[in-house]
Parts: sequence; C-alpha cells; structure tokens
Amino acid sequence: MNLLTISKIRDGTVIDHIPSGKALEVLRIIGVRSGSRERVSMAMNVESSKMGRKDIVKVEGKYIGEEELNRISLIAPEATINIIENYEIVRKFKVSLPERVEGILKCPNRNCISNDPREPVLARFRVENSGGVVARCEYCGKKVYEIERYLV
Amino acid sequence: MSKFRNLISIDDLSRGDIEHILSRADEFLDVARGERKLRILEGKLLANIFFEPSTRTRMSFESAMKRLGGDVINLGSLEASSFAKGESLADALRVVEQYADCIVLRHYREGAARFASEICSIPVINAGDGAGQHPTQTLLDLYTIKKEARLDNLKIALVGDLKYSRTVHSLIKALALFNARIYLVSPDSLKLPEEMLEMDVNFVECDLKTAIEEVGVVYVTRIQKERFPDEEEYRKVAGSYRITAEMLGDSDAIIMHPLPRVDEIAYDVDGLRNAVYFRQAFYGVPVRMAILAEVLL
Repeated sequence: MNLLTISKIRDGTVIDHIPSGKALEVLRIIGVRSGSRERVSMAMNVESSKMGRKDIVKVEGKYIGEEELNRISLIAPEATINIIENYEIVRKFKVSLPERVEGILKCPNRNCISNDPREPVLARFRVENSGGVVARCEYCGKKVYEIERYLV
Repeated sequence: MSKFRNLISIDDLSRGDIEHILSRADEFLDVARGERKLRILEGKLLANIFFEPSTRTRMSFESAMKRLGGDVINLGSLEASSFAKGESLADALRVVEQYADCIVLRHYREGAARFASEICSIPVINAGDGAGQHPTQTLLDLYTIKKEARLDNLKIALVGDLKYSRTVHSLIKALALFNARIYLVSPDSLKLPEEMLEMDVNFVECDLKTAIEEVGVVYVTRIQKERFPDEEEYRKVAGSYRITAEMLGDSDAIIMHPLPRVDEIAYDVDGLRNAVYFRQAFYGVPVRMAILAEVLL
C-alpha cells in the first residue's frame, strides 16, 4: 500500500492534481519563494488514478485569493483547490483559466515596452486556451507558448 | 460622434471602423489638396513625439493638422530633450499631455503606444512602435486601394521583404477583413512568418511575373541590405524583385510602395498610370485628417 508521506494541515490551502514536476512553478505563481514564512509541504510524483503521476502542494498560514489560485491553471489546468479550516475541507473547487494575468509573466520580446526597466509598467497578458494555454502580451502582441519559461 | 479615442493597432479596428475612417477621409480630400479651407481643429494642438526618424508620417500629420486649422508642437532633437538625461517615456508623456490635446508617438519599443494610451488622459495615435504596429500607414494603404483599385474581393501581390516588414503584416490583417486573395512574392529568406500564414486568408505563393498577370494591386516593399550576410547575396536577390516598365507591359495593376524606395521600382515606372506610390503618400493627409477629427472632436 502507498502511504502518502505528507501530513494534514490545520488551516490553509491544498493544491491537488498538479502535473508531475510542476509543484515548484505552482509555488512561484502563488508567491511562495525563498524567504517566504509560510509552512509549505509538497509531494512530487505521487500516484494518481486520474493523472498517472501528480504533485500536491499544501500551504499553511497564508491566505490565497481565488484570483491568485486561478493563475495556477496557466501551468496546471486540472488543479483542484481544497480550503482547509480546522482540519476540515470547507471549500473545494477546480481552477479556471483567467482572462488576463498581470505581473507574473515576462514578455519574451526583449524589445517590448514591458521589458524596459525605466518604465513603470507591469507585463500584462490575455490568456487563451486553444488546444493549449497561450498568453498574448497586451503591449506588443507576442504570444507565449511555454508559460513556465517566462514566469517572473 | 467619435467611434474611438486612441488609435494604437489595426487589430483594434473592425471592418466597420475601417470603412468609417475611409469614408471620412473622402470628406477631407479637397481640404488636403488645399482646394477648400476648413478650420474644424482650430484651437487644437497636436504633439508630435518621434523617437525615430520619419519624414512622411511626421510631415503628413503636420499638414493634416494645420490644414484643418489646428497647430503642432514637436519634440525636437532627442539630444536636446530631457530623454538625453534619462527621463522615462512615462514621465515625458505626463508632461507633454499638459501642453497638447493629442499625441502622435513613434517609439523604438513595441507596445510603447499602448502603454502611452494607458498613461495619458489625451488621445494617443501610434505612428510606429518598433517592429510592431503602424496603423495609420495601413489605413492610408487601404484608402489608396479603395481610391485607385477596389477593396472588396481584391487580388493583391505583396512583394519583397514579407518577413520583417511591419507594413506588410498590418496590411494583411486588415485585408483579411475584406476577403482579399493575397499573392506572396519574396525570396526564401524573407518569407511571411508561419504565424501569419495560419491566418484565415487566401494566400498564393508565386513569382513576380505571375503576380503581375493575376492581380489588381502590386504592393512593393524595400528589401533591406542589412538582412543579408553579404552584398553579393543581397544584389542577387534584390534584382529579381525589381519592377520595371517593361515587366508591366500593358498590365492595369497599380503599383504601391510605402516609400522610401531604394531600387525595387525602376524610375521608368514613375511616369506610367500604374504608378500610384506618390499619390499614396498624399492620401496619408486626408486619412490622418479623418483620424485626427475622429479622436479630437
């Protein structure tokens, strides 16, 4: 029998059904990085009846808004979110693709105004799903196909 | 009643918007020629901010504004401006908008005009953003086609640098709205990017001779020397995309060019009725009048 070696959390967010190997990018998208204070546990490459292998991320002590969570769908379109309070799941939902995202992707076009360090501008993208997730820079029109490569 | 406040990208315009601007340009044709006086923009001030060189675009905006009774202020030389001191575009725009009623911006970075339109509380017209968009050029190209040939069910050949020419890319997007059949004539190294070929447009790849026989409009672009590894290679390619009077024979196709030309159209074409490229430059005035009236009134 496979026992999941990841403990239950008291209050926080569980992000399940992340494609295997993408857990670290998911943490980046929700703003958990080195120096962050939240308690984070993570399981990578665990078996899943639905996905073969998957990653799971649990974040304790940080409130993550739904809009922020939906950004995860850029790299994990099947991800499910469980909001935990006092060890109980109080809410469960699937992430949905946001129409646009701001400040989490960098435009691949080096000559795009959003890459000018002098300007007070945040890269902003319109997100489409046509057979795969594609983000289109709202400034220069450049399309991003490999989302992970351009996460800020 | 204005349909839009800024003009940033041809992608923002519907077929209806484009037809609206083109028919408005018709109302200004005689004013653009100096045959009728009109002062509808009296008291309005346009700021021309050009970070890159321009002759036709800058001067035709100036002509359009002044012939409609308005006035123009210019950024002047970059070296003498605050940009030489490292001021950001955002700060500069926030200052310039205090002095004028509308901004025409050419900048070397893609997306600069969109960014400007988000910052400024006065209308912004994109006069070219790096390799990105140059919508007023596209509109004057469409106007030329409308006046000198026809826009609906058009057969048009695009000749020369189809890979890097922003003029060509914007024109294709607009022509797609008018069900055009587009003949592509270019050297292998300067073919239309794959991404554009995926558009829902009827494309035909062919040589220059076939194109001239088939189409009503031949749109020629400059093949830039710097795109080739050596001069020999450039000469070989450039020569085979050069239009001469002899090649045109008794063809009725009109010849367009965004200018400046180097040698892709021989001088002996200039006197033929096919040559419309200098009139095309003139049409920039009524079209820009229509755009200015649209955003300023």
